[in-house]
Amino acid sequence: MSTPHPFSLGVALDGAGWHPSAWREPSSHPADLFTAAYWVDLVATAERATLDFATIEDSLALQSERFLVGDERTDEVRGRLDAVLIASRVAPSTSRIGLIPVATVTHTEPFHVSKAIATLDYVSEGRAGVQVKVSARADEAAHVGRRAHPGDVLVDDPAFRAFVDDAFEEAADAVEVIRRLWDSWEDDAEIRDAATDRFLDADKVHAIDFEGRFFSVRGPSITPRPPQGQPVVAALAHAAVPYRLAARAADVVFVTPADAVHARAILDEVREAERVVAREGEPLRVIADLVVLIDTPGGETGPDRLARLDALGRPLASDARIVAGSASTVADVVDDLAAAGFAGVRLRPGVATDDLPRIADDLAPELRRRGLIEPTTRTTLRGRLGLPEGFPSRYATPVA
Amino acid sequence: MTTRKQIILAAYVGGVNEHTAWEHPDAGSQIDFSTFRHVAQTAERGRFDYFFLAEGLALRARDGRIFDHDIAGRPDTLPVLAAIAAVTEHLGLVGTLNATFNEPYELARQIASLDHLSGGRAGWNVVTSFDAYTGANFRRGGFLPHAERYVRAEETVATVRELWDSWAADAIAADKDSGVFLRDGRAGEFSHHGSQFDIEGRFTVPRSPQGRPVIVQAGVSPQGRDFAASTADVIFSPYSKLAEGKAFSADIAERAVKFGRDPEHVKILPSAGFVLGDTREEAEEKARHILEQQLSDRTIQVTFEQVWNRDLSGYDLDGPVPDIDPDPEAPTFIQGRAFIFQDRFQTVRTWRELAEQRGLTLRGLAHEVARGPGYVGTPEQVADQLDTFVQEGGADGVVLGSHVVPSGLDEFVDRVVPLLQERGSLRTEYSGSTLRDNLGLPLPDAATHLASTH
Repeated sequence: MSTPHPFSLGVALDGAGWHPSAWREPSSHPADLFTAAYWVDLVATAERATLDFATIEDSLALQSERFLVGDERTDEVRGRLDAVLIASRVAPSTSRIGLIPVATVTHTEPFHVSKAIATLDYVSEGRAGVQVKVSARADEAAHVGRRAHPGDVLVDDPAFRAFVDDAFEEAADAVEVIRRLWDSWEDDAEIRDAATDRFLDADKVHAIDFEGRFFSVRGPSITPRPPQGQPVVAALAHAAVPYRLAARAADVVFVTPADAVHARAILDEVREAERVVAREGEPLRVIADLVVLIDTPGGETGPDRLARLDALGRPLASDARIVAGSASTVADVVDDLAAAGFAGVRLRPGVATDDLPRIADDLAPELRRRGLIEPTTRTTLRGRLGLPEGFPSRYATPVA
Repeated sequence: MTTRKQIILAAYVGGVNEHTAWEHPDAGSQIDFSTFRHVAQTAERGRFDYFFLAEGLALRARDGRIFDHDIAGRPDTLPVLAAIAAVTEHLGLVGTLNATFNEPYELARQIASLDHLSGGRAGWNVVTSFDAYTGANFRRGGFLPHAERYVRAEETVATVRELWDSWAADAIAADKDSGVFLRDGRAGEFSHHGSQFDIEGRFTVPRSPQGRPVIVQAGVSPQGRDFAASTADVIFSPYSKLAEGKAFSADIAERAVKFGRDPEHVKILPSAGFVLGDTREEAEEKARHILEQQLSDRTIQVTFEQVWNRDLSGYDLDGPVPDIDPDPEAPTFIQGRAFIFQDRFQTVRTWRELAEQRGLTLRGLAHEVARGPGYVGTPEQVADQLDTFVQEGGADGVVLGSHVVPSGLDEFVDRVVPLLQERGSLRTEYSGSTLRDNLGLPLPDAATHLASTH
């Protein structure tokens, strides 16, 4: 069934960049990280690079060098704005690029997430997505205060594992609710029939009546079905349990292959997860993450930049493969991933204000030369990812 | 000459309601961003203080069946305001956000994020909810007992302010040479242990341009007035007539002083509509026509059913007022709509007496008790009415809505605003860039806040 779909290229935006010392680079303007102008500038550069989408990181706790708990470092960027609102602020200032903010579904109401992303889809005219994130952190739980957390335990503690497994189950339910709410209004529910004094056709607005293990939600949404019908749902995943969440709930999964062997293994694991959860319809778009530090033309090489930044403070350590080198080197890696069967690559710029311009001016043209990415006339994010468009709500009665 | 009080103007897109005429030939989308952009840019052109959005968390229903006759469906408040920030420069951006179905940490970070992303133009209209119908859309249901509404609201606002205050204004050094990003490795630390919230940790959003975004509240009960007088920057009031407005303003001022606040720092704004004509007669005729459109048969029926809390479909709208009593014990018949009447029996008694005195049918009563558009007349007359209302102390300004969305406000901005500017009652240019600047409110500092409420 697999129809040919485009190879997608996106960028992951996080503060000054993915290197902990990125904010100290001459190009960086760390005092502006919390301004609209900073984000508009980054996303406009990504749009100039003809990228398909930009994700915007978020978390309900401050950035930390550690995985599950906070730190008190003062030499790295700490503090961030709500990603859904950054995306909404950026939307009217851009016109083609998909906008995928992170939302932590463990602590937020699916009703709120659903209408917020539907609205992002309206203000961006069909370019919205959401990267759903599960929180297993004790500090995030303490910020919201409504949920018991096993506390400061080891990651392989059975109680913690059970807690995490439940959090992923709950997240899958949350996405199911978010998606049903997007469909709860049929596209033609608003009729404005003055003759019968009916603004809408109530038969085309549906309660979702979700009853799950963790919560129930009645619906319908307060927000009519968004322009894409179903905005794109993405998730970052590194292991079997999150792969299953993605296979159950997402359109796109971001993964972190370390090398060619690992890349093949991940693809196999994702396909296995799809079988385990009996996924129907479109296969997951599996997109590989790469941290990139690209050569400056006539200046410093990527590896030199990385070494210099590593010496400034905490060296870069990442779940994703780090590629430091020329645009051609990065293009080779992207090429290999495309050949291995990945649906796209998401670039995490080591230094946002240096590597995004390099992506726009060096890497993207190189990938176009190689025919890996092509100009597209698709205007929606679904279209750019090769996902079906223009399909009816799940609640619509087929016309006989 | 500027001894005249400056009129505060807010523009309101009503969304889900029976006041906006979706049948009007100029009526546009209630959802598309172009609608919100149009109204916001028009308001900014008219040098308004802020743009205001209401919130809805459940579709309205009658006996379980969704309303189909009124405008239904609205976008989410905060993403719309963030997007409007992209297409305006000075206009304040105030959103209604429910303190019952949102946690303080997320409210604080969303509103502070909007304040950063708009360069200091964010405001929050605080509301609470308690009904199970709305609660069924949320994980924890309609969990809030009615009596706890203000307890929850007060603690929510206090907690949100603690979070906003958790970063020092100069917490971010961002000194590339020394490698110091944060001056203090515990920036954003907070700890709140109260009857409603038991939370601690570190807030993610650095102190925003306004320090504390503007707080808007409504509330007319003694408890609501105290809450507003002690914490609000702006009070959204129901009193649009001069005498009652003056009495309310005086009462709020007295309460504000009691809480150690400068009464000048609590602005009072009722909502208002307007209808303009070239002559008074023409405007009144238009207003009458609009009211007839708004009060469709089903709108009238539902209005009364909400008070009676029972099915009144068997009663002729052109007949007498039903002689049965309200049924407060029955399940809520009209769902997802704020109930603004304090006492069903008292309301019905008053209406029945009014109908008897004037020989009104149910329909006639509906027209009689419907809140009219407020300002009706020629542009000169409307400018005069509004200016007099503000100069004589009825309120500090109005929250202005139009019955035609999105173009209705244009007429006010084109025809009334210049007259108010000529009188010296409305700015011709913005003097600052934040919502607090627009409203003439001082920038708060953390120390005075803590001294005044603890």
